[in-house]
Amino acid sequence: MQVTNILIVGTGGQGVILASDILTDVMSKTDHIEVKKTETHGMSQRGGSVHAQIRYGQKVASPYISPGEADVILAFEEAEGLRYSHYLTDTGGMILNNMQIIPPLVNTGLAEYPVQAINELKKNHQIKSINALKIASEIGNEKVVSVVLLGALASMLEFEDEIWINIIKNKVPPKALEANLKAYTEGKNAL
Amino acid sequence: MSQNIDDPKSDILSKSNGNISVAVNNDGKVQNGQVNLKKVLLSGNEAIARGCYEHGVKVASAYPGTPSSEIIKNIATYDEIYAEWATNEKVAMEVAIGGSIGGARSITSMKSAGANVACDPLVAFSYTGVNAGMVIAMCGDPGMASSSTEQDDRYFTKLAHCPMIAPSDSQEAKDFVGIAFDISETYDIPVILQSTTALSHSKTEVVLSERKEVPDKGFERNIPKYALLPAFTIGLRKWSIEREKRLAEYAEVSSLNRIEQGSREVGIIASGMAYQAAKEVMPDASFLKLGIVSPLPMYKIKKFAESVKVLFVVEELDPFFEEQILAAGIKVEGKVLFALEGELTPEKVARGFIKAGFDLPRWNHMPMIKPPKSVRRMPVQCAGCPHRGVSMALKKLNFNVIGDIGCYDLITLPPVEHMHTVLEMGCSIGAAVGIVRAGKQKHPTIAVIGDSTFLHSGMTGLLNATYNKTPMNLLILNNDITAMTGGQFNPNTNYTIKSVETESISIPDICKALGVKHFQEVDPYDYEACLEVLKQAANTEETSVIMTNRPCALYPKKIKADTLYNIDSKECIACGKCLKLVSCPALYKTNELTAKGKQKSGINAADCTGCSVCAQICPTKAIKEEISSCK
Repeated sequence: MQVTNILIVGTGGQGVILASDILTDVMSKTDHIEVKKTETHGMSQRGGSVHAQIRYGQKVASPYISPGEADVILAFEEAEGLRYSHYLTDTGGMILNNMQIIPPLVNTGLAEYPVQAINELKKNHQIKSINALKIASEIGNEKVVSVVLLGALASMLEFEDEIWINIIKNKVPPKALEANLKAYTEGKNAL
Repeated sequence: MSQNIDDPKSDILSKSNGNISVAVNNDGKVQNGQVNLKKVLLSGNEAIARGCYEHGVKVASAYPGTPSSEIIKNIATYDEIYAEWATNEKVAMEVAIGGSIGGARSITSMKSAGANVACDPLVAFSYTGVNAGMVIAMCGDPGMASSSTEQDDRYFTKLAHCPMIAPSDSQEAKDFVGIAFDISETYDIPVILQSTTALSHSKTEVVLSERKEVPDKGFERNIPKYALLPAFTIGLRKWSIEREKRLAEYAEVSSLNRIEQGSREVGIIASGMAYQAAKEVMPDASFLKLGIVSPLPMYKIKKFAESVKVLFVVEELDPFFEEQILAAGIKVEGKVLFALEGELTPEKVARGFIKAGFDLPRWNHMPMIKPPKSVRRMPVQCAGCPHRGVSMALKKLNFNVIGDIGCYDLITLPPVEHMHTVLEMGCSIGAAVGIVRAGKQKHPTIAVIGDSTFLHSGMTGLLNATYNKTPMNLLILNNDITAMTGGQFNPNTNYTIKSVETESISIPDICKALGVKHFQEVDPYDYEACLEVLKQAANTEETSVIMTNRPCALYPKKIKADTLYNIDSKECIACGKCLKLVSCPALYKTNELTAKGKQKSGINAADCTGCSVCAQICPTKAIKEEISSCK
């Protein structure tokens, strides 16, 4: 398949859309590829599930990734990683952030958080767990979680470090630059 | 390459066979000698806005509505274009109509439901025709990601007898804006530009051009054209039928309707995002891509049908093309294979072609893939949402709650589940009148509406209620913003879309002017006060209004309170009342257990806004104030 499919999933407020914007900025610096991206809007801000789908290659028709066709899934949250796990190709890999965000419905007993299914999922060799919050805390800035995850994503893609670093430099406030660059490197080395 | 056309018959696409690929190198500089052209990733909505800028639009008006809201929001960033949030879509359409009659290229945008609201002026303006060009960007939501209903907007073209064109990516979205204005001005007709959620919210690459100013035409005085009195409209009707014939002739020759020659075994007719999905699944087939979705180029379709062995139509929602093609005596298969509802994703299109007997190696495995079960993440009211306390009170008092369109629709979902109808904008008030008039009900009835929806189409309903002396209650959830669609300003805020200061109107004054004699404000964070006010209101004998007075927790700025709350675990008995009744995202179950092994509650300090609603209902008063560190 000439097209590469990347799925980024999480919940509202985790930074999924921002991460996907950084990724497409990185891609746009690369020659001769067509990029298409689609994302959820609307009610997602009220605690819903959020995803961004990015497809790139010589020629891309639909912006939608089909089940079984995602080369890489970056999951900011475990239940969301589970939700989209059937999108993975046989040879693809999922970066699964060890973060569980429990929906209020679970607290009221109207739903169950899928702990067992997530544990089963983690046994799959295609799933690479990462504790991005722990890495970010060690760096001393919990806000860099999404850049830790982008670093991990970078380790699975072919774009040069220099491009990633330049884009990150443009996106983050100068004060937080050092922490973000460290987050990128640590994330990249974490898998 | 010129992006301007004098005659739509020789539109830009005819020169490049639809493939608008200005040679651009990697840093956005054009190689063929032109400068200042940049290739950027834009969403369909951003591209439509850019198209308006480049093609000389001067007047833009819209009411927010997902998935259309970003069009006008992006148009507002250009100083050259007057842009406004209108009070509703009908008004927005009328402002754009006025812009056109006044001599300037004008645009309005809306979601499907908004198009229903604006249908009356659309039909009327199609009769008169335009002065300067006018375009309506209509954004459908197949799949209902953010809509109450899904509807096929293509039917508006039959109703209003005006053409519709449908781009399939952001480059086309931008270019089709220009073509739409050219069609509008050449054929003297408003033109609908169709988008759907997948186009509006997907980003693809676009080559930017500079703005080309279009000279002002000035206000056109022409009574027989612009006054729809029967004496004039009989002639206009005949003219509009002739015009439609000429548009159909244009559709035959326009390269917006292009044939992409592939295998002669299979021919596919498609438009918009369904075209992209079909292209993904059947890349080798022959395609007739319909850039003009109405009127249809029936002669071209016939020729195309004759050139292929089997013909399919892949279209989202209703069999709009299929029925017309069948009626023309052309054999085609469509909705037997492809779903009537929802978006046509590549996956769904593939299922259709597999059903038709095709062997598709890339897709054959797909029916075997079963989605794993994960937890449902239903949208919830935000921490600090001012609708929370009052919705709990409505449930406690067991009102019949006649809802409207806005964030408060979440009251229909668990755990509150106490809003009983949600139909369309402004419906709550009229429907409540009818329910009261239908006879004595077991429970008291109350209409519930937000400030933006009240200003959109609730005011006339309220006037109807007072005029007809209706004994009923209206609860206005006034959070000072249009929240559901992303926090847009409205007349109840102090700013216009361009962030120009304006005077916010007074809802109490409006209610008074509309004949309301009994008006009360209540603090929605004060649960007891809400209960008290609503209890008194239950037996009202006149049209009474209760209005809440706390701003949205998210917009225009996420609220941070001076006082936070936490739970004293020694006093928490793990009754779960806070979790079940309040269902705030800041509340969670801790790992601390009671003697009976039940999990106690906790509050996530990062999310708590200090609204205190949970503290008010805690039976042991375990939820206590603490001084915030972020004060």
